[in-house]
Amino acid sequence: MEDRLNRGLAFATAVAAAMLTQPATAETAADLKAQCGACHALEKPATPTLDRLWARKGPDLWYAGDKFNRDWLVQWLQAPTTIRPGGVLWFNHAKPGEPRDTIETAAVPKHMAVSAAAASGFADALMALKSSGLMPAEPFKAEGQNLMMGAMAFNKLRGCTACHQDKPGNGGLSGPQLYDAGKRLQANFVLAYTQDPQKFDRYVWMPRLTLSAQDLQRITAYINTLGKEAQ
Amino acid sequence: MMTGISSSLGRLLAPLSVLAFAVAAQPAGAEDAAAMKASEHIYDTYCAQCHGVNRNGKGVNTVGLSVQPRDHSDTRGMSSIPIEEMTKAIREGGVSVNKSALMPPWNSVLSDEQITNMVAYLRKVCRCDTPQ
Repeated sequence: MEDRLNRGLAFATAVAAAMLTQPATAETAADLKAQCGACHALEKPATPTLDRLWARKGPDLWYAGDKFNRDWLVQWLQAPTTIRPGGVLWFNHAKPGEPRDTIETAAVPKHMAVSAAAASGFADALMALKSSGLMPAEPFKAEGQNLMMGAMAFNKLRGCTACHQDKPGNGGLSGPQLYDAGKRLQANFVLAYTQDPQKFDRYVWMPRLTLSAQDLQRITAYINTLGKEAQ
Repeated sequence: MMTGISSSLGRLLAPLSVLAFAVAAQPAGAEDAAAMKASEHIYDTYCAQCHGVNRNGKGVNTVGLSVQPRDHSDTRGMSSIPIEEMTKAIREGGVSVNKSALMPPWNSVLSDEQITNMVAYLRKVCRCDTPQ
């Protein structure tokens, strides 16, 4: 009886502690900085370096308002799932082996979950983080895109699948999974990042491919559909 | 007598000349070691995702590749690739040397000097300049 009471009290204490570590509301940039700034760059790094990519604990968020869809942010922050199968920097979790190197999945850190109120506040603060001059001069046009050609470019012709998964288990592990990208990402961000990843980070390990404007539109259109069918 | 001295001097200087030539042919010691170290770090960041942590063509991304990446530890296979072709493949991608489009161009990330140093690093990884 006493043992059960102790276990119950321990659980209640843990829940209370978890609630205390989460803000009731996170409506301001100051909350975001206090809670997220240790792992994420919330401002554009003044001097980006290759070593910064190796040292950072989370992806950059200084252009989050141009990158994410707010609804997805609110949901994800309450129940985070793995977006980068190899972690923030895949090499840190890679293990050599046969027939190929693998990712030590258990070692990839998990993101903390926050309450619904905090998620809503953080989402607002994140959506206020806008880049300057990163969005494409020629924006994404949803109408008339050939999705089949987009899928073919993604999976075969342009090799996006080498690093990214468009379906769970289908594709490489060094880049973020894209099978829910249609819900997660703004189409213009997908287009801008695909067009020139080095505009976002000079040292990031996604290279700039030689893609025509038509390729960019088709690939973006395809990525923009991913995950939406599950809604 | 003069001939004798000259001959002795010549014999003395000959190994020095050979040594000087060998030194000139090698990249400068400390500078070269730093360039190799930098190339190793660059390889880990950009190349190992497909070419493998052990440089053997078995990177984590090969799970999604239809074409196997080059095994950089393969002495014979790597020795057959001209340096110019290696340089071009890294700078402009596989298609530029009639190979797979899955090898992307890296000229948006790496400078010409870094690519030149990477080719030297690959020659070291494959032990292509080591007598077999």
